[in-house]
Amino acid sequence: MQAIEFVAPTTVDEAISALAAGGGRARPLSGGTDLIAQLQEGRLALDTVVDLKRIPELMAISISGDGLTLGASASCHSINANQAIRDAFPALIDSTHLIGGTQIQGRASLGGNLCNSSPAADSIPNLIAHSVTCNIAGPNGRRPVAVEDFCTGPGRNVLEDGEFLVSLDFPTPPANFGAAYLRFIPRNEMDIAVVGAGASVVLSDDKSTIQSARVALGAVAPTPLYVEEAGDALAGQPVSEESLAKAAELAKAAARPISDMRGTIPQRKHLSAVLTQRALRIAIDRARGTKTVDELGRLNGHG
Amino acid sequence: MAKKIAVETTLNGEETVFLCEPRQTLLEALRDNLGLIGSKEGCGNGNCGACNVILDGVLVNSCLVLAPEIEGRSVVTIEGIAEDGELHPLQQKFLEHASLQCGICTPGFIVSAKSLLDDNPDPSEHDVRLWLAGNLCRCTGYDKIVRAVLDVAESDA
Repeated sequence: MQAIEFVAPTTVDEAISALAAGGGRARPLSGGTDLIAQLQEGRLALDTVVDLKRIPELMAISISGDGLTLGASASCHSINANQAIRDAFPALIDSTHLIGGTQIQGRASLGGNLCNSSPAADSIPNLIAHSVTCNIAGPNGRRPVAVEDFCTGPGRNVLEDGEFLVSLDFPTPPANFGAAYLRFIPRNEMDIAVVGAGASVVLSDDKSTIQSARVALGAVAPTPLYVEEAGDALAGQPVSEESLAKAAELAKAAARPISDMRGTIPQRKHLSAVLTQRALRIAIDRARGTKTVDELGRLNGHG
Repeated sequence: MAKKIAVETTLNGEETVFLCEPRQTLLEALRDNLGLIGSKEGCGNGNCGACNVILDGVLVNSCLVLAPEIEGRSVVTIEGIAEDGELHPLQQKFLEHASLQCGICTPGFIVSAKSLLDDNPDPSEHDVRLWLAGNLCRCTGYDKIVRAVLDVAESDA
């Protein structure tokens, strides 16, 4: 690796100063599972690495009446180990359990997964399904961005020079809420999604009608794709396979994948529908309280 | 060249201070600066697990940690697994089950398995295979490794 400076600020303001001082040649570091690999392979040239993990706000996990605030640098391991998250946001664990292997989860953060902005990132469709808001800090202060608007292209996002992601806000799930993330890979673990699908639903009190829904896909467009029309089509519909099939067809229509080493366009289109329908089924089961996180783990090959 | 940084850490239970360049990974610092060459570099990008260490109780790839990051933290490497000159039960069972051939991946597997048993003393075969999914071995076909880990868990039960 080329020579770099290493700084580890302990406040957000210090981090803003450190990034500003480095100009375009300074980058924030969280788990490093993308950044350090890119530096090692010479794909990224930097003068300064700004380690954010000494800043309490970046590592904090807090659940209150307003929802969950997840520090952008908190590791998947710390999320998996947090019983309050497992209880209140079980679908989040679908993603944090399948990003890399055990030792990657020991370091990798959801903030890093988002800022790396891969179209195939395993957490982003899930964050979209959860209606997450991104809290960004920078030289001009703080600003919120809806997570579905965060990524702008492969490896690209809305962060301006000197800005970084501080935390992710998950609103408190309404009553009768359920969500799920599924991905297709040709093996059991340690792979990059051919397609991923995140879904969430809010059911009526008698749990027979879908009041609202959100669907998002990964690895089928230049960015993770929020399929608003699929969720809209489900609003007011009965909980039925016909309703889900219609949403799945809308997801398939919205997908605009490429063919590459992981899958072809027709395969990815097909998977977009199948995974959307399956993720919706699990989200509904969870909203009805009939599916636990551990059961879903088995669906993703992790049981 | 960037100025060297003095890093204070707890390494295999002992307070340690070492100098490193900020660009050095923890794996490079362990091997090149501290002479702890048990941790291996297989891929250097987090795919193979041969460099795994336990950082503040959490399994990580030491090739994806910058050495200055471990200031004030606690690191356990393969050199810290045996106690009082006695092989750790995992090391003993790896020998008994012939769980290694070339041996390059073995330190990473043993550190990962130690971290698994610390987290879950009674894992199923599936638990073992899943936990070790980030460790690659091109010799054994994994089965002997999984059997050794399960044998340790059953022996401790």
